Amino acid sequence: MAKTKITELSTEPNSDLDRRSFLRKSLAAGGAVAAASAGATQVLAEVNPANLPPNKPIWSQMLGPGVTQSPYGSPSPHEAHVVRRNIGWLTSSTQSSINFTPLQDLHGIITPNGLHFERHHGGVPSINPNEHRLIIHGMVKYPLMFTMEELMRFPSESHIHFIECPANGGMEWKDAQMESVQFTHGMVSCCEWTGVKVSTLLDEVGVDPKGTWVLAEGADGGAMDRSIPMEKMMDDAMICWAQNGERLRPEQGYPVRLLVPGFEGNMNIKWIRRLKVGTVPWMTREETSKYTDLMEDGTARQFTFVQETNSCITYPSAGQQLSHKGFHEINGLAWSGRGKIKQVDVSVDGGRNWRAAKLQEPVMNKCLTRFRIPWQWNGEKAQLQSRAIDETGYVQPTLVQLRKVRGVNSIYHKNSIYTWEIDTNGGIKNVQLG
Amino acid sequence: MFNSAKFIGGFLGSLLLVTPLLAEPLQYKLGRIATDKEIAGWDISVGPDGSNLPDAKGTVLQGEKLYQTKCAYCHGEFGEAVGRWPVLMGGEESLASMEPVKTVGSYWPYATSVFSYIRRAMPFYNPQTLSDEETYAITAYVFYLNDLVDEEFELNSESIMEIEMPNSTGFYGPDPRPDVQNVACMKNCVTGQGL
Repeated sequence: MAKTKITELSTEPNSDLDRRSFLRKSLAAGGAVAAASAGATQVLAEVNPANLPPNKPIWSQMLGPGVTQSPYGSPSPHEAHVVRRNIGWLTSSTQSSINFTPLQDLHGIITPNGLHFERHHGGVPSINPNEHRLIIHGMVKYPLMFTMEELMRFPSESHIHFIECPANGGMEWKDAQMESVQFTHGMVSCCEWTGVKVSTLLDEVGVDPKGTWVLAEGADGGAMDRSIPMEKMMDDAMICWAQNGERLRPEQGYPVRLLVPGFEGNMNIKWIRRLKVGTVPWMTREETSKYTDLMEDGTARQFTFVQETNSCITYPSAGQQLSHKGFHEINGLAWSGRGKIKQVDVSVDGGRNWRAAKLQEPVMNKCLTRFRIPWQWNGEKAQLQSRAIDETGYVQPTLVQLRKVRGVNSIYHKNSIYTWEIDTNGGIKNVQLG
Repeated sequence: MFNSAKFIGGFLGSLLLVTPLLAEPLQYKLGRIATDKEIAGWDISVGPDGSNLPDAKGTVLQGEKLYQTKCAYCHGEFGEAVGRWPVLMGGEESLASMEPVKTVGSYWPYATSVFSYIRRAMPFYNPQTLSDEETYAITAYVFYLNDLVDEEFELNSESIMEIEMPNSTGFYGPDPRPDVQNVACMKNCVTGQGL
């Protein structure tokens, strides 16, 4: 049977199918190089001409599996490269570590549940929901304890919000070292979250008006805890039991988690077991020794909650390979912890000239927004950038601007404009300008 | 036929029944009162004023033995760390350098945070297995590794408040952001070393 490797076919002009296959292969290879990650296998896309017109493909001449062959269902085996990846050298254990969503392989704004980035401090606990409890106590009139069944009887809401680790991009304050958008921006994900508003629960227990802070704590082996302003808790915070239509994944806090839309990911306490109302922050490890922004003079900003406006181009992006001149639709994601995205501009000449991209409706509050803009690549060197503006008028900054104010040691909250440099062979690299 | 007037009436009626008009507690009568004992078992948080610290004690010398068996395999015999595990000591005068070393001695602003964190999350592979005495003792030893206490020191809910953390004034708020102001220039913009 004659099988031709796609690398040989890729010289055929204007073959969209070939272009995609080639791209897929390049991506898989790029992912493996970028992080030397386990599971990033190199897919050699092969095409069997017997399945191409005018021949009848093999799958059209037979029956496939019946219903419920796969009671839950999983992606096509041809998409096996679309996985979360971690970076071995970044942390000393996988239980207290981070992995990254493959943004370069996703479409639209929703992150599939199995691809939401993970950040754990003591691994993923295995919790029997019947044995899980949420206690709300401290400065309240009625300290209450809820079972999952009781929690889920409260009035509920569903909202689509992003969650972003404040260390997203944090490895690149000094220089560009990540080779794909999965690793530069993949600590952001976006799901529809369903649960009860925290304000409903706090009203139910009767909060002392002097209570201004709430400690949230998880049931995991790290008992992760953060202090959250009462104002945020009474605004749009939620206690969630579902994401994208199904119960939370264990990695996302099953059976129940906190959601504080637009605030840094660490505060969205997973496996939440306790809320305690008080008058001052508890100064937990996660809000003193970690998740504080060290400035150039050695002092540190504390309680920098909001994830400021950010964006990235996901196609074409670092680690990918353009195989053809001509039309390419540049697209990517933009988000703001302060509200809706108002505008995204795209440059192909390293920030000298910009054009406004089209935003995919609906554009939602504290939610990923997909932007797209057509582009003709003439085969010359290009530098692609995206720059988001949110509804407050805040314009996503350059790295030079951020460094000038904050230095290079703050780790967190690096929301600068990125540059993907395309060489004349179509190779794409993550570079820093200026 | 669909009766819109009836439907809307029913809708409004159900709103009145379900929506709390005032934020009165116990609107839904779900859950039950948590007992003091239940809360005490789970309330492991400690305030920066020392609130909720357990009534127990532990010394540096007790802590040294515990540390060497339960902590040193990750954090090193002297808190210098093994591999990429967190360094617990040193780093003085490094915060404004190009290679800041954030440790209990150089960075942590509150002694109570150290106790609270060890109590909830350490030892890493067996969290929440230490007794209150062991937690005090190991915490005391970590302070000793940072020259914050002497080797005779006994840590308890009162003595912990007397420890002076070197970086206690190193943090500030409120959040000063937005702290940069980019301009949405569209044509012939000044750039760095781009194309």
